[in-house]
Amino acid sequence: MIEIKELHKSYAMGQNSLHVLKGINFSVQEGEMVAIMGSSGSGKSTLLNILGMLDGADLGTYTLDNNPIKDLDETKAAIYRNKFLGFVFQSFNLISYKTALENVMLPLYYQKVNRKERQIRAQKYLDDVGLGPWASHHPNELSGGQKQRVAIARALVSEPKVLLADEPTGALDTKTSYELMDVLQSINDQGITLLIVTHEEDIANMCKRIVHLRDGVIVEDKKVKQVKASRYVE
Amino acid sequence: MWNRDRWREMFLTLRKNKLRTVLSGFTVAMGIFIFVLLFGFGNGLKNSFEQFFVDDSTNTIWLYPGQTEKPYRGFKAKRRIIFRNDDLKDIEQNFPLFIDYTTPRISRGALVKRGKESNNYTVRGVAPGHQQAERSIIIKGRYINEADVQDNTKYATIGRLVEKDLFGKKSSLGQQIDVGGVSFKVVGVFRDEGGDNEERLIYIPYTTRQRLEKSNDRIDQIIVAFRPELGYTGALALEKKLTTFLRKKHNIAPNDRSGIYVRNVAADLKQTQQFASVLQLIVTFVGLGTLLAGIIGISNIMVFVVKERTKELGIRKAIGATPKSVVGMILHESVFITTIAGYAGLLAGVGTLTLIGDSLEEFFIINPYIGTNTAVGATLILILFGAIAGYIPARRAAKIKPIIALRDE
Repeated sequence: MIEIKELHKSYAMGQNSLHVLKGINFSVQEGEMVAIMGSSGSGKSTLLNILGMLDGADLGTYTLDNNPIKDLDETKAAIYRNKFLGFVFQSFNLISYKTALENVMLPLYYQKVNRKERQIRAQKYLDDVGLGPWASHHPNELSGGQKQRVAIARALVSEPKVLLADEPTGALDTKTSYELMDVLQSINDQGITLLIVTHEEDIANMCKRIVHLRDGVIVEDKKVKQVKASRYVE
Repeated sequence: MWNRDRWREMFLTLRKNKLRTVLSGFTVAMGIFIFVLLFGFGNGLKNSFEQFFVDDSTNTIWLYPGQTEKPYRGFKAKRRIIFRNDDLKDIEQNFPLFIDYTTPRISRGALVKRGKESNNYTVRGVAPGHQQAERSIIIKGRYINEADVQDNTKYATIGRLVEKDLFGKKSSLGQQIDVGGVSFKVVGVFRDEGGDNEERLIYIPYTTRQRLEKSNDRIDQIIVAFRPELGYTGALALEKKLTTFLRKKHNIAPNDRSGIYVRNVAADLKQTQQFASVLQLIVTFVGLGTLLAGIIGISNIMVFVVKERTKELGIRKAIGATPKSVVGMILHESVFITTIAGYAGLLAGVGTLTLIGDSLEEFFIINPYIGTNTAVGATLILILFGAIAGYIPARRAAKIKPIIALRDE
């Protein structure tokens, strides 16, 4: 599903350049649930952004679902993002003046799906994350956990192959975090590939595989026995 | 552009961001409103200026007899020159190619009575051409005509205010009035753009006046209207020829300036027009200034709007919006707002001008108006600049990588 080889990325910091990713080799099969761990500055978010085509790499190759991702202009990147990828951010990034339903409908708008169908499909995904009754609420009327679930519904509505989550539980308390992980695990059970950036051990242990980054290189890549989040959710 | 979904998305955005919508719309509406108002006032100023000068025909040369200063051909100095009917005839016969019409004018003051009402008015003995020279507008009946002059009829055409003074609300047509002891029949009523004094005049045939004054053939002054196609230089040449001709006829020394006085309206008009074009320049300058201020206002608000939306645009891009659709969305919104608001400002401005109408006459603003082309042109310019002002920051926003737009502040 995802295949990257010898990935390098550096940022210019004034006169100096900061070498963030120093040759990453990494692949993900369909249906995997991978946690990317590392301390801050290890390059984990940069890696996720490159995987999400939100940022470009300096060197190396990246193949997504057998499509080489290379020299993309913004328009092509936008189309790929819309077709293959869903995003969940730490700070939710919902559009504040749109209701939960309208937020979830938006990716379909850019796929030029007609309005009736947008509404039906968005409502279905809101129901899936347990927020059906909150469809007409604005983000500021929802709790953090609810907002993140709206964001997940929005990421899923375009039926992506891969869901990328950047610290999805970073702004949530433990209980809400586990509830959210329960939602993510059930999504993974439906066959969607998940990549989750986190620095919390317990969240990482709820994935099927953990990749450790330190100073721009992968230091550990291991399969783990998945802890089911439903154990902690009544 | 005509995609229904796109409009729906736009309306939703505009409705949910009322303050922003209203604020940018208000800037545009205000810009156009002030532009229309100032431009209209400028035009009003020009109107009142023109009214001072152009209530009479502009193709006339006025000749007044004077008193000689120099002896000539055996005539002593200080001799009074008198115009007579044959002067009129001679002018017409000698300059037929240049002259449109001529008319004499014999002015006398007279006490005019009708029943118990009476008042003093100036009574002018004239020929039919005088109507054109003064630009009198007949509102009832007719002006003095050629037959009246032929037959020395006791007919009078009176000013609107004369009728009002003497007849109140009744019609004066066909009624008799007593002009200095002689009974005249009113055959017409006129009005004049030149103001109240011009409407307190009475016109009678000049031959009738001459007959009343012991059947003489004297004329106070002669008005010669030249053909408009002569133009300014032609008018000056004709003026010179006319005075030379009359000096010779009346035995006045060619270099004696005071024998005959001449006023050439064409020369006056030239000055007037120069002043008017300076006024026009000022009006245009003020208009452009206002428009520029409006453009700057819109540019500011558009930059602000796009800046405020950077994060939203980043989110839209992360979930699949292409840069083109982002730019398109912002342009669509900004053009829509500026069009609606510009139109509203235009209507409000034109409405205000209409409301003001002639109420500012004492400030020398008469009938302020703005040409449709100017108004619509200004609105279009503002819309265009609104779009450009929106496009530049929108394109920049569309180029920003979503990751940067989404970075937490």
